[in-house]
Amino acid sequence: MRFMMIVKATTDSEAGVMPSQELIDAMQKYNEELVKAGVLLAADGLQPSSSAIRISYPEPGGKPKMMDGPFTEAKELIAGYTLIEVKSREEAIEWALRMPDPHGFGQGEIELRQVFEAEDLMENPETLAKETALRMQVQEQKKA
Amino acid sequence: MSPSEAHRTIETIWRMESAKLIAGLTRMVRDVGLAEDLAQDALVIALERWPETGIPDNPGAWLMTTAKRRAIDFIRRSKLRDQKYEEIGHTVDLYTEDDVDRTLDGEIDDDLLRLIFMTCHPVLSQDARVALTLRLLCGLTTDEIARSFLAAESTVAQRIVRAKRTLSAEKVPFEVPAREELKDRMSAVLEVIYLMFNEGYSATSGDHWTRPLLCQEALRLGRILAEIAPYEPEVHGLVALMEIQASRLKTRVNAKGEPILLMDQNRAKWDQLLIRRGLAALERSRKLGRTLGPYSLQAAISACHAQARSEAETDWIRIAALYEALARSTPSPIVELNRAVAISMAFGPVFGLQIVDELNTEPSLKGYHLLPSVRGDLLAKLGRHDEARTEFERAASMTRNTRERELLLQRAAECGLGTSK
Repeated sequence: MRFMMIVKATTDSEAGVMPSQELIDAMQKYNEELVKAGVLLAADGLQPSSSAIRISYPEPGGKPKMMDGPFTEAKELIAGYTLIEVKSREEAIEWALRMPDPHGFGQGEIELRQVFEAEDLMENPETLAKETALRMQVQEQKKA
Repeated sequence: MSPSEAHRTIETIWRMESAKLIAGLTRMVRDVGLAEDLAQDALVIALERWPETGIPDNPGAWLMTTAKRRAIDFIRRSKLRDQKYEEIGHTVDLYTEDDVDRTLDGEIDDDLLRLIFMTCHPVLSQDARVALTLRLLCGLTTDEIARSFLAAESTVAQRIVRAKRTLSAEKVPFEVPAREELKDRMSAVLEVIYLMFNEGYSATSGDHWTRPLLCQEALRLGRILAEIAPYEPEVHGLVALMEIQASRLKTRVNAKGEPILLMDQNRAKWDQLLIRRGLAALERSRKLGRTLGPYSLQAAISACHAQARSEAETDWIRIAALYEALARSTPSPIVELNRAVAISMAFGPVFGLQIVDELNTEPSLKGYHLLPSVRGDLLAKLGRHDEARTEFERAASMTRNTRERELLLQRAAECGLGTSK
């Protein structure tokens, strides 16, 4: 199962202040650990929201509204993400706990979110019903 | 944290750290079975203490230190017993307490590499290699391994015990093989990983809920190996092959559980992240600048499909050339048959048929249903429907897979109507 560790933005990351060398080194070491454990799928840092664009749909069915950054509420913004593939929710939590404090001055925040798998998204009830029927059939065959 | 939560967390940490622990301990005591026991002891101690004291800041290091202390105790005690001293005397000479603190990251990598060479050692049967690798390097429980292979738990447990005993009895060294041996031994390791992957991928039998675990573990092990043996192009080749094949995992069966052929799969659902990772791994293999080995070549073929946005855009000429290179590096009738398909797609069915006809007398393909199946397909494309029908019927009588048989008989029936494409 895949999890995304989302690093939230801070006043510094939004102001474009680069993290300290110490933090960069710690993050790099952490990423290496993820790679060596074979769990890292992707990781990126995002530019501050000053270069962002927000597209919203204030009226249902209406035209999209465009808004240029920066956006104010830093805690609501994200500064980067790390995507990992692990065996359990506990393992994901364990990895997230091992990530260094991403900012180091009281604003650091990491959010852990599980990624939907294809089967979670199979919204078609007919497909799901067929699958369930098949699984039951297989089980019946096993018993027989 | 409730006691059950604490236990789950500790077990998770154990799974994350166990391979490194066992590898480090094997270096000290030179016996994987004993190393596993010592690592387990450390787990038991953690399960006793951590719920009280809380989980240490660096749980991996804590487990390692605790286990190594047990190992040192064991070595000291053994030293006092003469008969045991003979057995592990050399261990005591080589490893002193100082080593425990000197273990650096690089050494852990080396230990892991030595461990994987050990669990994939040629003195073990293929089944034993797979089971022991899943157990010691992937940290799977005997039950999980048994379920993945649809085997009884006792069978797998026996297999693992015997494998450990064999390694011990044969005095298999804990080392990276010397250069002249390295190529063959590395092939053995890659074979075990790919076998694991295929067992999960092909899912020829059994319920498909437990199978993906094998694919994931093989892929994870491959990714780890790519970091600890980065100089080996075929390691990257195998990783590339698995990443790209895994990108299609979710599109290869339909809702009824029937296999969907590559050309009929919904490409929009291929996992682009895994494809990108696969292409990057293939690039790493190429950059090492040696002739592409069989895994890298198969990955390159897989990459051609992955990069084609539609069936029509597939670069069959390149695929045919890659199959030719593959046939030269690892000649096999199956590769020839695949090359025939690629040639027919690139240059027309007539040319494919020529190769297939030469394979008709190949004894190893006798009873292999894909030979008449491919031949039938090529004949049908050439409008030779009667001959095609005979081939499809022959293929249908050879396959053990019910769904495949239905499909082949359907194609045979279409030939009878002369409507086959």
